[in-house]
Amino acid sequence: MIRVVLPAHLRLLAKVAAEVELEVEGPATLRSVLDALEARYPMLRGTIRDHVTRERRPFIRFFACAEDLSHESPDAPLPEAVAAGREPLLLVGAIAGG
Amino acid sequence: MSQVRVLAGTRKGAFVLTSDGKRERWEVSGPHFGGWEIYHLKGSPVDPNRLYASQSTGWHGQLIQRSNDGGKTWEPVGNKFVYEGTPGTHQWYDGTPHPWEFKRVWHLEPSLTDPDTVYAGVEDASLFRSTDGGQTWQELPGLRGHGSGPQWQPGAGGMCLHTILLDPGNPARMFIAISAAGAFRTTDGGVTWQPINRGLRSEFIPDPAAEVGHCVHHIAMHPSRPNVLFMQKHWDVMRSDDAGGEWREISGNLPTDFGFVIDVHAHEPETIYVVPIKSDSEHYPPEGKLRVYRSRTGGEEWEPLTKGLPQSDCYVNVLRDAMAVDSLDSCGVYFGTTGGQVYVSADAGDSWAPIVRDLPAVVSVEVQTLP
Repeated sequence: MIRVVLPAHLRLLAKVAAEVELEVEGPATLRSVLDALEARYPMLRGTIRDHVTRERRPFIRFFACAEDLSHESPDAPLPEAVAAGREPLLLVGAIAGG
Repeated sequence: MSQVRVLAGTRKGAFVLTSDGKRERWEVSGPHFGGWEIYHLKGSPVDPNRLYASQSTGWHGQLIQRSNDGGKTWEPVGNKFVYEGTPGTHQWYDGTPHPWEFKRVWHLEPSLTDPDTVYAGVEDASLFRSTDGGQTWQELPGLRGHGSGPQWQPGAGGMCLHTILLDPGNPARMFIAISAAGAFRTTDGGVTWQPINRGLRSEFIPDPAAEVGHCVHHIAMHPSRPNVLFMQKHWDVMRSDDAGGEWREISGNLPTDFGFVIDVHAHEPETIYVVPIKSDSEHYPPEGKLRVYRSRTGGEEWEPLTKGLPQSDCYVNVLRDAMAVDSLDSCGVYFGTTGGQVYVSADAGDSWAPIVRDLPAVVSVEVQTLP
């Protein structure tokens, strides 16, 4: 079980609390976790990653275990604490806007 | 008794304003999608409870929301807008080639006959259509693929397709406008497009009378006369009597012919409205006086409408999609400002009152007349 914390706008969009729990098949990576997230909450498609390129949207960052994972390969294993469900993967919106 | 429902898109959410036919007392619902930019929302003419809304932020991109109950509840539908084939390039601000990139939906135009069919005008400029209630979107690539596409250039607000007019008498004919490419017409349902900019002059482009490159801000049409088009351009208020074949200036005695909105009275096809804005570098009313100007002669002769509008120290703007008219016997006229006011006139512009004063900056205003 993987824990994912969503930014405020996406919680409202998906009608969920701050943290969601996902079952992920195979190794826990950014790609597999986001695929599982979008499969369960289809309304989030395109709001975290580009529809076509699947690249992270510029104003979204990924954090876990006090590390910035935003520039990691989407297929790199997530920290063991995230894979084990002890720590959440944080999806964070940049502090921006007006 | 009839009702009206005003749909206001703002920089921080959507608001639904409802009243009876007197249009004196209003109920305000919202913000819907609080914190998101709502560029536009509009209802289906054949199923008024079917609404579509364009929702976006810099963080999360584009969403489309749909309501089947007049805006009480909403559901997200498809938000995948992908250009057909190789997108190619248009001109960037400095004249260099720049790849076509989808940014947002500026305008949603529901079909006149089918509530599940809706058109989306997007930035970078192109036209998309959904025939399944917004679940999936397909580009009409003949517009972006027009041979002049590589010469199109963004206006200051981005290269947006902001106006979509559907001809009630001919389902195959549509008019669209792009800032800053100009106006285009299709007569084959969107397969092929012709620029319709003859007669426009834009002193800020290399060839002031070029076929494309004009910063058209908005176009309006009365449904009973689809060959007559009215245009508010970057500068100049224009008119065409032959479906865009030729334009002539009708700015007449306006204090300035810069502005964004233009609309037509619901029952008088020669009565039109604009809100003059001081200049392209000063986006507020001249002299700090918020004045709607009305022409009852199809242009040239204009009268200021000021009763109920602030006549001192007013420095708001009225953006291109932020004016609408209802179809009650006494035609109602509505507009929203970047200062967060939505004004109504229940007497065709003679007098005005604010419905709300303190919304976020208003981007768009539509109105539905309900039985």
